[in-house]
Amino acid sequence: MGLNWFLLALPFIILTAAYLFASHMRLADNPDDKLLPPVSKMVQAIKQYAWTGDRTNGEQLMVQDTLSSLRRLVIGVGSAAIFGLLAGLNIGLFPGFKALGNSFVKFLSIIPPLAILPILFIVFGVGEVGKVMLIFLGTVFLIARDITLTVESFPREQTIKALTLGASGTQTAYQIILPQVMPRLINTVRLSLGPAWLFLIASEAIASTDGLGYRIFLVRRYLSMDLIIPLVFWITFLGFSMDLLLRKFAERKYPWYVKSGG
Amino acid sequence: MKRFPIMLLALVLTISLIPMNEAFAKEKFKIAWSHYTGWEPWEYANHAGILKKWANKYGIDISLTLVNDYVESINQYTAGQYDGCVMTNMDALTIPSVGGIDSTALIIGDYSNGNDGIGTRGEGSVTEFTGKEVMLVQYSVSHYLLARAIDQAGKTEKDIGMKLVNVSDAEIAGLFASNPKAIAVTWNPPLMTIREAGAKIIFDSSKIPGEILDLMVVRTNAPDSLKKALIGAWYETMRVMSGKGKTADESIAYMAKIAGNTEQSFVAQLKTTAMYYTAKDAADFAKSENLKKTMEYVRTFTFERGLFGQNASSKDFIGIEFPDATVMGSKRNVKLRFTDKYMRMAAEGKI
Repeated sequence: MGLNWFLLALPFIILTAAYLFASHMRLADNPDDKLLPPVSKMVQAIKQYAWTGDRTNGEQLMVQDTLSSLRRLVIGVGSAAIFGLLAGLNIGLFPGFKALGNSFVKFLSIIPPLAILPILFIVFGVGEVGKVMLIFLGTVFLIARDITLTVESFPREQTIKALTLGASGTQTAYQIILPQVMPRLINTVRLSLGPAWLFLIASEAIASTDGLGYRIFLVRRYLSMDLIIPLVFWITFLGFSMDLLLRKFAERKYPWYVKSGG
Repeated sequence: MKRFPIMLLALVLTISLIPMNEAFAKEKFKIAWSHYTGWEPWEYANHAGILKKWANKYGIDISLTLVNDYVESINQYTAGQYDGCVMTNMDALTIPSVGGIDSTALIIGDYSNGNDGIGTRGEGSVTEFTGKEVMLVQYSVSHYLLARAIDQAGKTEKDIGMKLVNVSDAEIAGLFASNPKAIAVTWNPPLMTIREAGAKIIFDSSKIPGEILDLMVVRTNAPDSLKKALIGAWYETMRVMSGKGKTADESIAYMAKIAGNTEQSFVAQLKTTAMYYTAKDAADFAKSENLKKTMEYVRTFTFERGLFGQNASSKDFIGIEFPDATVMGSKRNVKLRFTDKYMRMAAEGKI
């Protein structure tokens, strides 16, 4: 057990030590070096960013940036989850929908979302809609395809049984199949969060008035690694927390799914 | 498990090599450049062998590298990857100088004389921007231009109360074209594109002549051989470019091609670029009082927006040295130096 913990911590320790060593070397050479700032500078930068605000307006930017980014992310991924679930469920279950939508969704899911980013910005503008749409389009098709495959993997007998017992098509879809798909949806959303962050930061980097990605690309202009490095950790932490929350939720709500090894 | 110490060692060695790049390899120098009308001549000097000729004269080796992202090129220079880099006076102050790299503005190549501008869909003055979204690359020379426009209108940014949208320079022209209410502040070539998309240019850098300077910046501790070779190559290129005849035409055609413009559009951009074709003009400008006035504006603007970092308690935090040896700001922390020494030598034929 002790060894495991040691091995777990080892890469982190090495990375930190290597950073501190390299930072020390550079600072000895040039005390104003901005590339590998000391920890004290990072703490100071975060303090200013989170509490005291900058010289021009004294706003507490960290809370505002975090809320703006999280709002875009949650709306984008949330709506993608709802649309993906509905589309996937219907395509997987009903032959008519399958004929209509399956190939189309497959086709759309292959388009790299970042490639159509300029088009999105021109169509939806550089405001909130453009950013949310990028996240939505970047994640919805993969969610839909994954749900389709999940629905198709359920034993056919289950649906037939429900139908012979007198359930309507809609009842079968929303009362028999939907509850079984839900935990899978949560897992798919967890996996989609990585790309969603990527799209969020990309859209904030290109045109924005606030947000975590905006901040990173703004301070990059004057090589403020003392703020960029802590921000990277903050984003990692937010991503990790969201993943953990979804996982705990699934474990609590759908223990049967977790036990079955899903 | 036995491999761990070796891997650790390898990792530490690799990372510790990063700072070592600063040490000059024997007489080999690396210069970075990025695309801008006034900097294309550097690539021509490289292509036509002019740079090599002057490097040979001073017994050194100079490699010129295109870094296809302006901010990245300055960041790499500041990080120690290059001995010199092209940049504006404002960025020289806020990136390498604030980053502790003692830098010298070796060559004042040109000033923007209309290459930077504010385009609108109808507003006639910056005072009408209240409550509107203004697209620009924040904290860039565009931001500075906007601040100066507001300043000249007798207002402050707070009085006007507009919403600044940070937009990448690669996207700004397309976003302007698609938005009927757009306001954008940008530089050439995107400025030319938005002008063609129907923008009304209400303010441009010709109203603040000599304030946005395009420089070749080198490390102050770089040897004279590098400085002289760069000066020699630059002014020979200037002579070729501003001359008449086949070689001059070929040089312009080559620069237009690498800039990705048509010759016509490149020539139009050169008109809004006030090139200092002769070393004497550039040297005289470096010595003028105007330069001090400009740097006072620039340092006030950048300090007020926090670009000097958290350690700076006043705009005097960094010292800027001028050719007459006066220092603006801290004498103990001089990190940006303007000199006319080398340009003067070129003017007098002593290079």
